[in-house]
Amino acid sequence: MATISFTPNLLRHLDTPSTQVNGVTVRQALEEYFTQYPQVRGYILDDQGAVRKHVAIFLNQEPIRDRARQSDAVADHDDLFVAQALSGG
Amino acid sequence: MGERLLVGTRKGLFRVERDVRGDWKISNTWFLGDPVSAVLAETGTERIYAALDLGHFGVKVQRSKNAGESWSEVAAPAFPEKPEGLEDKDPMRGVDVPWSTKLIWTLESGGPGELWCGTIPGAVFHSSDGGDSWQLMRALWDDPRRQKWMGGGYDFSGVHSVLIDPRDSSHITVAVSVGGVWQSTDSGAHWELIGAGLRNAYMPPEQADDPLPQDPHCVVHCPAQPDRMWMQHHNGIFRSDDSGRNWRELQDVPPSSFGFAVAVHPTDPDTAWFVPAIKDEQRIPVDARLVVSRTRDGGRSFDVLSEGLPEEPAYDLVYRHALDISNNGERLAFGSTTGSLWISENQGDSWQAVSKHLPPVLCVRFET
Repeated sequence: MATISFTPNLLRHLDTPSTQVNGVTVRQALEEYFTQYPQVRGYILDDQGAVRKHVAIFLNQEPIRDRARQSDAVADHDDLFVAQALSGG
Repeated sequence: MGERLLVGTRKGLFRVERDVRGDWKISNTWFLGDPVSAVLAETGTERIYAALDLGHFGVKVQRSKNAGESWSEVAAPAFPEKPEGLEDKDPMRGVDVPWSTKLIWTLESGGPGELWCGTIPGAVFHSSDGGDSWQLMRALWDDPRRQKWMGGGYDFSGVHSVLIDPRDSSHITVAVSVGGVWQSTDSGAHWELIGAGLRNAYMPPEQADDPLPQDPHCVVHCPAQPDRMWMQHHNGIFRSDDSGRNWRELQDVPPSSFGFAVAVHPTDPDTAWFVPAIKDEQRIPVDARLVVSRTRDGGRSFDVLSEGLPEEPAYDLVYRHALDISNNGERLAFGSTTGSLWISENQGDSWQAVSKHLPPVLCVRFET
């Protein structure tokens, strides 16, 4: 399982507790998280399922490559971190 | 009636309230720090809706069922999956139109629980469950002429005016910047492009009268006589007497016929207010004098109202949703880009400054 955690900037708007998620891609991991916390989806992804322009997702401290579909592979014990991008401030 | 006003700003939602001495004071603040792009107080209920533009985290809709005591997030209008390979580009810039809500530009009520929403990119959404879910008006979105809509002040087109006919709630008129005026008589199943008589000066001269590339800045109708509509257009002020099908341009409106906001009296269709500015790149008050213009005779003549407005040079711009009138037609309020807010209790004859220190004002709405 991978660990997913979120920028504290989101706490103004909603709870985003860190948790363990299954999935072999970033998208699958996100979907499992959204199953538990459905309201978080719209904060991270746009209407087409792409990562919002000013949100960044890091996989083991590196930005993911596929922002449109989040197909980047996830392995056991990986770390996912959802950040508020510096852009758009 | 009209004792409380909701003020959506660049940095939160405010309520200003009239006290027994007739002074208006801030009584509530909500969503401080977040842009509030649209606000709606549902007539006859305690429901308030606020559209937030969170920037990093997208657009959201907040709903209160108890006049603001508590709020909860409800669904935001969202676009369906874009078909693979579909070309959908802004005609002027050639960039992809996002199939994703960038801004909730207006919220309107069609009765308890019935909501209409205009967005950027230009689209209309309807909710019949008080915002728990939204349906895209697909016939308008899929109309091939929609792909000729283009951005004006924003990068992409937007729907800023949604008028629901009080005589028949299936009769909907919407205005698009930049994309003309569209009307449905069957709750959005079919749409017709209307707007004969509108004129633009920013397209090639051959397209000046084409109803499609028109840039209405704001359209309102008189609730008691909804066939009478008033439009503040990019190129002037227009009036319609047949529910938007035909328009007549008003000439020589002092001090300028450029602006964004318009309000009409709820029972007297001949009385309307505008907040003029210099067209169109400058967008500041003419001669640095902030005034309101008012007609009481259907646009034949205008009063220029300034009592209580700044005597010193002023550089305020009033956005299209930042002017409102109370349901009894006596009180008006407008807020500006400098974070100033004024209220009149005598149809604009005189004004009192409520605050000069709010964040830039995006929208105002009287609560009923």
